[in-house]
Amino acid sequence: MNKVFDPQINYEESKKAIGYVPLKEATQKDYDRIGFKAGLEVHQQLKSKRKLFCYCPAGLYHDDDNFNAEIVRHMRPTLSELGEYDGTALMELKTKKEIIYRINNDNACTYEIDDTPPFQMDSEALEIALEIAILSKMNVVGEVHIARKQYLDGSIPTGFQRTAILGVEGEIQLKHKKVRLIQLSIEEDACREISDIGHTRVYKTDRLGMPLIETVTYPDFVNPEEVKEGANYIRFLNRSTGKVRTGMGTAREDVNVSCRGGTRVEIKGVSHNNWIPRLTHNEAFRQWTLLRIKKILNQRVKNIEKWKINFEHIKANVNFSTYEPLQIARQNKHDVIAINLPEFKGILSHFTQPDKIFADEISNRLKVIACLEKPNMIHSEQFTLNINLSEFNKIADILNAKGNDAQLIIWGPKEDMKTALETIEERCQMAFERVPNETRKSFENGTTIFERVLPGADRMYPDTDSAAISLDDNYINKLSKNLPVDVYKRIEQLKNWNVPEDSYNYILKRNLMLTIEKIILDLKIDSKFVGTFFGHTLKWVEGKFCPYDDFIYEKIYDLFKYLKQNKIELNIAKKMLPELYQHGQLNFDSILKNLKFKKKTRQEIFKVIPSLRKKFQKIKMSKNSNADINWIIGQLRNNALGNISLKDLKTEIENK
Amino acid sequence: MTDNIFQGYKGDSLEILKKFNVRVWGQIEVETNRGKFKGTILPRAENDDDQHIVIKIPTGYNIGIDINTITDIKEIGYSKANYKIPEKEFPYSKGLPNVKLIGTGGTIASRLDYRTGAVIPAFSPGELYGAVPELADICNITTDKIFAVFSENMGPSEYITLAKAIGKEIENGIDGIIVGHGTDTLHHTASALTYMIQDSPVPIVLVGSQRSSDRPSSDAALNLMHAAYAAGHSDIAEVLVCMFGPTSDEYGFLHRGTRVRKMHSSYRSTFRTIGDIPVATITRKEVKPLKPNYNRRRNDKKVKIIPYFNDRISIVYYYPSMKPDIIDSLIDNGYKGIVIAGTGLGHVNKPLYPALKRATDKGVNVFMTVQTLWGYTHMFVYDTGRDLMAKGVVPVMNMLPEAAWAKLGWILGQTEDRKEVKKMMLTPIGDDITYREPYNGYLIYQGGVPEVEEFIKKFHK
Repeated sequence: MNKVFDPQINYEESKKAIGYVPLKEATQKDYDRIGFKAGLEVHQQLKSKRKLFCYCPAGLYHDDDNFNAEIVRHMRPTLSELGEYDGTALMELKTKKEIIYRINNDNACTYEIDDTPPFQMDSEALEIALEIAILSKMNVVGEVHIARKQYLDGSIPTGFQRTAILGVEGEIQLKHKKVRLIQLSIEEDACREISDIGHTRVYKTDRLGMPLIETVTYPDFVNPEEVKEGANYIRFLNRSTGKVRTGMGTAREDVNVSCRGGTRVEIKGVSHNNWIPRLTHNEAFRQWTLLRIKKILNQRVKNIEKWKINFEHIKANVNFSTYEPLQIARQNKHDVIAINLPEFKGILSHFTQPDKIFADEISNRLKVIACLEKPNMIHSEQFTLNINLSEFNKIADILNAKGNDAQLIIWGPKEDMKTALETIEERCQMAFERVPNETRKSFENGTTIFERVLPGADRMYPDTDSAAISLDDNYINKLSKNLPVDVYKRIEQLKNWNVPEDSYNYILKRNLMLTIEKIILDLKIDSKFVGTFFGHTLKWVEGKFCPYDDFIYEKIYDLFKYLKQNKIELNIAKKMLPELYQHGQLNFDSILKNLKFKKKTRQEIFKVIPSLRKKFQKIKMSKNSNADINWIIGQLRNNALGNISLKDLKTEIENK
Repeated sequence: MTDNIFQGYKGDSLEILKKFNVRVWGQIEVETNRGKFKGTILPRAENDDDQHIVIKIPTGYNIGIDINTITDIKEIGYSKANYKIPEKEFPYSKGLPNVKLIGTGGTIASRLDYRTGAVIPAFSPGELYGAVPELADICNITTDKIFAVFSENMGPSEYITLAKAIGKEIENGIDGIIVGHGTDTLHHTASALTYMIQDSPVPIVLVGSQRSSDRPSSDAALNLMHAAYAAGHSDIAEVLVCMFGPTSDEYGFLHRGTRVRKMHSSYRSTFRTIGDIPVATITRKEVKPLKPNYNRRRNDKKVKIIPYFNDRISIVYYYPSMKPDIIDSLIDNGYKGIVIAGTGLGHVNKPLYPALKRATDKGVNVFMTVQTLWGYTHMFVYDTGRDLMAKGVVPVMNMLPEAAWAKLGWILGQTEDRKEVKKMMLTPIGDDITYREPYNGYLIYQGGVPEVEEFIKKFHK
């Protein structure tokens, strides 16, 4: 019965036991089985000239090391953060982080570091945000009240974010359903983290205070693709105003995910919507897995209140003498502690996410809460073989462990060990009870790691430094009259124009509808051609070439207008676009000259067809029946572009 | 029913609440021409307009609803917020010094009521321990709230009460005193107490905070810990102001009460010693004296309390083209003393001379300080100075205008004898006049200069 325990096999078996399906193979049935549920908090920076509550310029960034001064702060929980606390709990406030803020005089003032009270909210930013609130079908408030929302991680030097609700109860129309929106708020962006090592976290303050909106949906999404569709929709809606920032990090999603029986877990700061399906898929299954672990543990341990860890300090030069991190720990005179987790055999190597096991949940908390840099532990169900797992037998003896227990070894500075042990015990105890409320950090491969404990609900209070801002009906009505067309109507329009569906995202993401519409209506050019030109040709050019500094999409309108006016066949536009994109300073005549374009009549082009046909008979390389036609088109293609359509050319060749 | 159910609402908005029969703390659904809103009606701030109703929506945010858009309100529930600060008994540790914390009304420690946003001051030892438990490792604290006024309302009668209360504590054998105080007039109070409490055997430490303790980044807790350490453990038995050194959470300064001034409207490191260096730096664990000479802690319980103040005194901040009637009105209104903050070395313009002459002739005591704050009056350099002195205006060296104000009031509370007043003014107390200005007593470096930039990049401002 007692066969040798293989963690790798245990990982595979546990993955199977919870019914994990890879994203590509998963169907709605799978998501219904685990009760997939998700909602979005979509953040979008606004294109304002100044920051939200001070007069620093917005959108001016600097390198990590380009700063004028540093300020040190420690965030202290205000009383209610701890609810029913005792004094020592506060004193031992676990993550004792020293926060360093780097300040550059070009983009931060004394407001950013909380040495000056806020100035009035930027009215330009407020107006953009209100337009988006109206576009999102929100009920717009009558008076804007600025609140403080506490953040203890140090990402904002005040310890809170100034934020205000502009509207509630909106909706967006997706392909197959409506998704309800809870609210839209305007808020200040946070610092950018430079590093977080041990007890020191370093931030820069360039992004801090930039105006941002947050659109929050109800948890109406029932599968990962739908979440992505929603995220895209909201992004397109924001961009349709033309008044939001685009580019790296200007739009970020927090994705809330749960499974049936699980809990709301917030995946923070997802800046690529394409990552959303894999991240939400994995998170729902991770929660599903934790529920299985809970079940297993509760079967094994009847009296969970009495469950606790036991530990011993050990000497690394005796045990695991070849494992380098432990050697270094010894050199640094760090503590090395072996810990027994009763009844945790098979749990540590239990599947949680692709290539992640339960032990990772512990390790990541040790990093964040106890400030132990990774690698910060080894355990008895380790996959990697650079340590001798049988050494754990000796450790098990030292700890008086039983057969169904698992063991960990951690190391680090003496003063961090108390928090480390508490963290391990706490995480393991949670495994008996529930999926922990967390915010998690995302990775490109679709996995997530623990970032922070999810803050409680009571962390909002009025900003006594700011006055309320009244929004009267005249103002709101004025804004309502001047809004871009709804995104779902734009999608409808693209469909009616027969634009290929694979170009919708590109067109909406870059807010190209106005330009496209203008070309179609003003210049009377075929809508499918124009849509495809943008959705395929422009996309290709953008991916392949570097743009001229001043390139703007409206230049494409000028291009078509020029071709129309000069009665040049539009198919040459595809050839002209890369030139226009790269060398915007050239006029269209010069571009055509560079392309060696010559105006020719149909007759001039057609008259060489017979001789080409003869030539083909001589060099004929293919027996394909159309080979001659294709070859001749190839020969005449350059002459035809700008003069006649390739379709006409083909017809002419076929008929002659 | 009392008006309390409509807390803060007035005029049109009050009419709306009455019309729909709803009240503060009522959970409501409001129909408006901008859509439907749900939430709890909150009290409205007294100074806000009467065109909006404030509600807290389920996500915890507050919003205002324009009453002109409202078509219907229904109350669907009611729950009144009632929050009390959690208390824990402040532990007594044998061997730790006993410190008295006297409250004047500034909220050094406080907590928030998340429903109303109101700041509830934490003051009793139990509340304080709840807010700043680290204090229990520094000293044993008892508290006494002798009044509750904002800093700007602190004045002579409060100084007197405070001085007497502190005297009593010292006689009872306390090891140190902390006075919690708003920061705006902290240096006025510190000066006054320096004059009223002399030869104290224990430290008397005034402390405040620039950011209220309802913020995670507040300087309150650290200032309080610094003050507790200074009061309980330091050897410096003087009236001191204890506030942040740099704006970073690093260390504090102990400033002499008469030489300190609030120098920035909002910075944490706003208090600076002017014309000298601070007495010491302080952390939670250590006092490092910067000045070699200070009054040492003693074991006796002897202290001189001189609790007098005549508040018919004024500070006149001179500006070009000031008219003599400013001075005349002070004379005519029975003022007994004027402290002028003059330009440069201590000057005012000629048209003021007759008025000043009239003042001194009428027995008003006129003293000259400098509005440059740094540096000495020096009225022999120019004729204007000499003329002024001839009119009876007495320069008071490098005494700060606020210290001179407090000192003059304190002296006039004891005597109106002109000679005596002058003598007392010019007799230094607690370094209010220093005969030597050290070279590092004036340090306002200008940003932009490469070596200054290099310095502030390396050391926290």
